[in-house]
Amino acid sequence: MQLHRFHGGLKLADETDASTAEPVLVMGVPAKLTVPLGQHIGEATEACVQVGDHVTKGQRIGQSKGYIAAHVHAPTSGKVVDIDLYPVPHPSGLDAPCVVIEPDGHDDWGDARMEPWLDWDTRDLRALRQRLRAGGIVGLGGAAFPTAVKLNPRAGQRIHTLVVNGAECEPYISADDMLLRTAPEAVFEGIRITARLLGVERVLFAVEDNMPEAMRSLTETLPPELRDLIELVSVPSIYPTGGERQLIKVLTGQEVPSGGLPADLGMVCHNPGTFKAICDTVIQGRPLLSRIVTVTGPGVKHPRNVEALLGTPFADVIEAAGGYAEGVDRLVMGGPMMGFAVHDDSIPVIKATNCLLATRPQDTPDPGPVMPCIRCAECAAVCPAQLLPQQLYWQAKAKDFDAIQDYGLFDCIECGCCAYVCPSNIPLVQYYRYAKNEIWAREKERHKSDIARERYEFRQERIEREEREKAERLAKKKAALKNKEADGDKQAAIQAALERAQKKKAARAEESAKGSDQAPGSETTREETSTTNDTRDRDDR
Amino acid sequence: MRFRTQSSPHVIPAHSVGGVMQQVLMALVPGTLAMTWFFGWGVLVNVLLGVLFAVAFEAAMVAARKRPVMATLADNSAIVTGWLFALAIPPLAPFWVTLIGIAFAIIVAKHLYGGLGYNPFNPAMVGYVVVLVSFPREMALWPAPSTLPESPLTLLQTLQTVLTGSLPGAQAWDAVTRATPLDAMREGLVSGRTVGEITASPLFGSFTETGWEWVGNFFLLGGLYLLFRRIIHWHIPVAVILGVAIPAGFFWLLDPDSFASPAFHVFSGAVIIGAFFIATDPVSASTTPLGRILYGAGIGVLIFVIRTWGGYPDAVAFAVLLMNMVAPTLDHLTRPRIFGRTRGGPPSGDGRA
Repeated sequence: MQLHRFHGGLKLADETDASTAEPVLVMGVPAKLTVPLGQHIGEATEACVQVGDHVTKGQRIGQSKGYIAAHVHAPTSGKVVDIDLYPVPHPSGLDAPCVVIEPDGHDDWGDARMEPWLDWDTRDLRALRQRLRAGGIVGLGGAAFPTAVKLNPRAGQRIHTLVVNGAECEPYISADDMLLRTAPEAVFEGIRITARLLGVERVLFAVEDNMPEAMRSLTETLPPELRDLIELVSVPSIYPTGGERQLIKVLTGQEVPSGGLPADLGMVCHNPGTFKAICDTVIQGRPLLSRIVTVTGPGVKHPRNVEALLGTPFADVIEAAGGYAEGVDRLVMGGPMMGFAVHDDSIPVIKATNCLLATRPQDTPDPGPVMPCIRCAECAAVCPAQLLPQQLYWQAKAKDFDAIQDYGLFDCIECGCCAYVCPSNIPLVQYYRYAKNEIWAREKERHKSDIARERYEFRQERIEREEREKAERLAKKKAALKNKEADGDKQAAIQAALERAQKKKAARAEESAKGSDQAPGSETTREETSTTNDTRDRDDR
Repeated sequence: MRFRTQSSPHVIPAHSVGGVMQQVLMALVPGTLAMTWFFGWGVLVNVLLGVLFAVAFEAAMVAARKRPVMATLADNSAIVTGWLFALAIPPLAPFWVTLIGIAFAIIVAKHLYGGLGYNPFNPAMVGYVVVLVSFPREMALWPAPSTLPESPLTLLQTLQTVLTGSLPGAQAWDAVTRATPLDAMREGLVSGRTVGEITASPLFGSFTETGWEWVGNFFLLGGLYLLFRRIIHWHIPVAVILGVAIPAGFFWLLDPDSFASPAFHVFSGAVIIGAFFIATDPVSASTTPLGRILYGAGIGVLIFVIRTWGGYPDAVAFAVLLMNMVAPTLDHLTRPRIFGRTRGGPPSGDGRA
């Protein structure tokens, strides 16, 4: 297969040897699980249990409200002891709502488990999609995008290619590598289900060339009937090949349009772990309750991969890898290039926790003070989005948010290549995140004030209209009166009409005196209200 | 357990400004030694003085601006400025020429604009141009290459000359200094001789004046090292050299008697050191790939034009400063196409926003 190159990128040392030496360790149930309600990109999830409830394994404890969202389930059976704000893995370091479960040790499914679907390939596609939604599956590559959404393309959009993103390009992370080595069948099964859902013609399964064991395991277990569908491709390990835009470029030479999605090219991209989760949910009826986490870095004694229940404290996971090495001072969730350092190891594993990396000062030395930019443009040379990171930096510093968007701020994938090569130690990605947040906040403000202004203008208009109508009515009446005065012949007719009216009035008064105060159906003017709610649940299409 | 939180990437940084500048300094060593070999101790004395003055002014300015002095000096940029300036001026120029030039470079061209990274013009070249236009007599004190029969000055004599501004003993300037090849070519052409007659003089080697060729070769070596270490990119040096060589070649083919050969142009004066060490100063150069090619080509063409029809024989400094002015505009006009977009800006493919 003809491979292509994307601009820039970095050749980083592969650090996965240590963590792939031993098989994946399935961790037991910890003493306490702190399950965050928001573990995905998208809309918030609300608790649907109460403190004191007994929950069973797989029971839904967080109900997603919006379309781009994923449910949250109890990883084991036990008692809900608290629902409150707790520290969660997030770069902001802010607390977020969590359901705290005290396991009862039975690991009991109760009747929460969905019925296994061995006959999934005869099931209705909509039902399949709903089951994936019920399983709370999100992308397990680290970004945690709700999977059901990706498997539900827009009307008229044909998906012809499924891309399996086995390019784990960050140094140190080996969760996918180990999964592919040990459970390729489940991954293939998940691919089969997804391929049916999307109706794809081909599957491009990309594995980095520094994962030979994974490739061997896949080649050996690829079912013969899938050989025509799935093409295994070894891709060069250049960071960030694992970015879906970069991977699609490498595999097909096509570029996902700026601001668009792979679906615009008829492609959908998923991580191998996600396929395993799809397989588990559909075939076994098991929602997403655990995930493989790479525990690694010079700061842990025995780097390895573990399968941990969501909600397990980081400290327990580190313990499973032999505990901390001497002098550890930094703990990162994610890889060294894009991960963020957490301040506390009591925070829990979430669906996005692909790696815990512990380092010592000598592994990640303080780079020293930030120096002025010398415009060396190394950042531009390595930028896979072909941006000018240095210009973005100046514009972010100057708060020139129009210029920075013009220079493609929102095309930045925050891979960190620019910050890595910057000789001046400028935390470039931080500046872009700041600018993005600032722009989003401003847009939100603007949207709010737009709505307020529209409301105000509508009200003004209504008041004016009512006044105008009143004036018109008055004018008409006056004119009519004038006409009548002028026309003497009509006086008698008026007199007659007045009398008629009086009679009617008297009759009405009588009627109301009888107690029947059922008002005659007066014309109700229905005010037109325009709803701006355009969120459609595309599942219901 | 609590941890320190720091932003990604969580790796050992690949480069530092001080490290980059250090590489540049290392790459200057072979050319500087070759120059010392051919033009005497004055070269080394100047480099030493230049670096000393540059660091002193830098420290003073940084302190005056209330910034951390040691951390700033560690970026090594002042040393590079001092060194490049010292290579540009004649080896027998008196010390106060260096002092004034460096003062201008560091104080005016660099710190009054905001220090490293903020200077629109190459500081060393600003300093050089200031002394070039102010002290024409001192700026002509180029010794004859050591391969010529004159006895070169000893280290002590050189020191005395540089510090006092006059030659020791009863020696005459004419006896120790020579016109540079560019000067010789210029004077010769003005007085009506042909290029062939001029280059027939014993001063000249195969391309240009003896000595200068070798100096050029050794700076080229250092430049290639920088390319190899990816401290600089090929765009600017290649564009500068082609920018000089192509117009020079065109006119030379047209009239080889009145125009010097492209090889003469490239290997005389400061074209090689300018292409690899001066034009590539990232702060004042263009930063996009296409911008760098245009920037380098502009410098090259300007060097040829100024040398051939302008008032100064050695044109590198003026060409660099003139193109420094254009660099920001070049950057703006040569923005690369963004991934997933067409060159004009809108998204590629079906045009969906």
